[in-house]
Amino acid sequence: MDVEEVDPVSGRRTTGHEWNGIKELDTPVPRGVLLFLIATHLFALLWWVLLPTWPLGATYTKGLLGIDERSVVEEKLAAAAAARAVWEKKIDTLSYDQIRADERLMATVRSTGHQLFGDNCAVCHGVDGKGGSNYPDLTDDDWLWGGGPENIAQTLKVGINTRHPQTRVAQMPSFGRDEMLDRNQVRDVAGYVYSLTNPAYSTPDNIGRIEAGREIFLTTCAACHGEDAKGKLDVGAPNLTDAYWVYGGTLQSIIESVHGGRQGHMPTWDERLSPAEIKILALYVNSLGVEKP
Amino acid sequence: MGQLTTREQELAAGMLVALAVIGIAMAAAGRSDPLGIHGAIVFLYSAALLIFIISRSFGPEPDPSRISRYYDDPIKVGVAFTLFWAIFGMFFGVWAAAQLAWPSLNFDTAWASFGRIRPAHTTGVIFGFGGNALISTSFHVVQRTSRARLADQISPWFVLFGYNLFCILAVTGYFIGVTQSKEYAEAEWYADIWLVVVWVTYFLLYIRTLARRREPHIYVANWYYMAFIVVVAILHIINNLTIPVSLGHAKSYTIWAGVQDSMVQWWYGHNAVAFFLTAGFLAMLYYYLPKRAERPIFSYRLSILSFWGITFFYMWAGSHHLHYTALPHWVQNLGMTFSVMLLVPSWASAGNALLTLNGAWHKVRDDATLRFIMMAAFFYGLSTFEGSFLAVRPVNSLSHYTDWTVGHVHAGALGWVAFITYGSLYTLVPAIWKRERMYSAALVEVHFWLAFAGTLIYVFAMWNSGIIQGLMWRTYTDDGTLAYSFVDSLLAMYPYYIARAFGGLLFLIGAVVATYNIWMTVREVPVTSGERKDDLPLAGPFPEGAATGPAE
Repeated sequence: MDVEEVDPVSGRRTTGHEWNGIKELDTPVPRGVLLFLIATHLFALLWWVLLPTWPLGATYTKGLLGIDERSVVEEKLAAAAAARAVWEKKIDTLSYDQIRADERLMATVRSTGHQLFGDNCAVCHGVDGKGGSNYPDLTDDDWLWGGGPENIAQTLKVGINTRHPQTRVAQMPSFGRDEMLDRNQVRDVAGYVYSLTNPAYSTPDNIGRIEAGREIFLTTCAACHGEDAKGKLDVGAPNLTDAYWVYGGTLQSIIESVHGGRQGHMPTWDERLSPAEIKILALYVNSLGVEKP
Repeated sequence: MGQLTTREQELAAGMLVALAVIGIAMAAAGRSDPLGIHGAIVFLYSAALLIFIISRSFGPEPDPSRISRYYDDPIKVGVAFTLFWAIFGMFFGVWAAAQLAWPSLNFDTAWASFGRIRPAHTTGVIFGFGGNALISTSFHVVQRTSRARLADQISPWFVLFGYNLFCILAVTGYFIGVTQSKEYAEAEWYADIWLVVVWVTYFLLYIRTLARRREPHIYVANWYYMAFIVVVAILHIINNLTIPVSLGHAKSYTIWAGVQDSMVQWWYGHNAVAFFLTAGFLAMLYYYLPKRAERPIFSYRLSILSFWGITFFYMWAGSHHLHYTALPHWVQNLGMTFSVMLLVPSWASAGNALLTLNGAWHKVRDDATLRFIMMAAFFYGLSTFEGSFLAVRPVNSLSHYTDWTVGHVHAGALGWVAFITYGSLYTLVPAIWKRERMYSAALVEVHFWLAFAGTLIYVFAMWNSGIIQGLMWRTYTDDGTLAYSFVDSLLAMYPYYIARAFGGLLFLIGAVVATYNIWMTVREVPVTSGERKDDLPLAGPFPEGAATGPAE
């Protein structure tokens, strides 16, 4: 079986072995391959000399450059913290109005706020702050607890319906399920609320139900939402006369809200975020929306 | 299993009864645990095989002349397993990819959540598809290049069905929440122990067949298959050293702690890539490429250089998966430099393969099967270069944790592993079923272009998204804060995730086409007339010294 022969295509000799028809040429390793092999080994050797690489019992070779991963990171973190300290101090000490008057500082608030908002708030309120089903839109002029930066900062600190001692508390009772209102009353009051933003609903057919609903509203709902249904910021009761709805503005979703109640939850952020970060976020969120006192 | 004698059938039945008893014991001990479900699966699996053996036991005794032919029946079943797992694993891959673009595709179920179908995908393609392809082709190659029949009658079946039982236990476990939480080693302790038994049998079968060889030298492909079998056993055992909560529970805890656990895991993970997904498939390349091209290997010396380079250097490189972590700096540097030194031996294999095609490039143009093999060598070269490049620490600081890694893995898994497997299958199937040709050369061509387009779309999408991700994560503003939130980078990924799922879908369709083509080849294509004289083991007593002679 060991018969060397010459391959007609390459002109090379075979090794003389054959396996099931497979032969091998005795081609030497190309010079380029060897040079490249040497080059990679020289690179490795250089790296070993310059940087920590080989274990030596309980320690290791430190390398001529004296570079250590941990100290490099620590230096970089310290340098970044120093760069941030300049404006962080200003944010900490200046008032909201002073910050808003400083265009340079506000640029920092917007860029930092965008990143803070994305990593902390966007899961519920969306990257653009427009909210979604069951989560309020922060870009409109409709606020549950007030849209000024102080109000927003307070909401961020204590949250809504949390265990924080100063938490903002808001609850829409479940009027239907808890039998405060019967089926027809729920339908009537929902019809009234719906008619506030949908004048076309006030047809002669519906007008009786709407009137009955208005009576119920004034006795049952007005305490929180106000007689004019425009909501109350101090109890977090939403305005029912505008186009913005947290839980949906269709007749069916309003019936569901009246029947089953609503209790939203906004976490507290005072343990996770620094006071400066809360301030930045308050200004950022405020800048997203249209402020209304 | 028609070639088994009555005595061999009795032995096999005895083993299956023992396995069924183990299954019942597992079901009883783990009745309040997922282990019980796996006990039931083990019992049903062994009972089904037992019924099959009993149903065959009334047939005539097998032809005594079978011993003078190659033992190809287990390979045929192995090919069927390979094709099944390909479609299973790739389907779950496409599904997982689609979930990344459209998360609600988990339909709010636990079993279909991303964390469960993702290991079902990786286990399905790596161990199911890749593993069965390796076992099947290794049985084919070792017999042909040794001119000897497999050394045993029952153990090839034990290896094949035992291995697939491991795959089934692994994948079904993920769906019911059983996992070790070790990447590519998710299967729990009892499945791991079972795999050790199967693997040792595989090793003994392989080395005994090699010992029976009628060729004076051991061919390169067998070096690689041996490296694959031996090293995977070492990796598997060391990484899976765990202590079960109890013999009645599926859950276990690893004996490795903290950063040592990470290092062992990535020593395992990296060398699973090296010895499962590289060495084994290089073995396929070394047999099916010269066979199909009908050309001698370009350089025997280059084969030696790359084999020893790959087996030596890969072992050190695992720590490059843990750059910039709690792993000490010096371990990272060591892994990085060995990854760089690994490049030339890896490229030597790819170059050796491509240069072997000199004199046969016209066949690459005309024969889609050879083109599969050629493209595999090309992607092998591409992804090994990329691997060494990504292992360099400053490069890794950009690429780590991004989709670039995913793209790199799939350049290897699709472009290299799957291409070489299909190229080998299209050569293997007509050979062992003794068919004149594949059912449809046109469908092989269709498969090639589907697979090629799918791979390119996938890899380019992930390169783009990975680099964008890496840059977004590290971009700072002048104020010293991050410019983007994580969610910003996710939104930027969306179009690429859709493209990736589409590329994967093309690849999956290609796999379905291949399965149909192979099925029709077995069913429809006429058998070649007359037995080929050169496709038989060499007859006569084994030459003295062949078994103990120096292995080269």
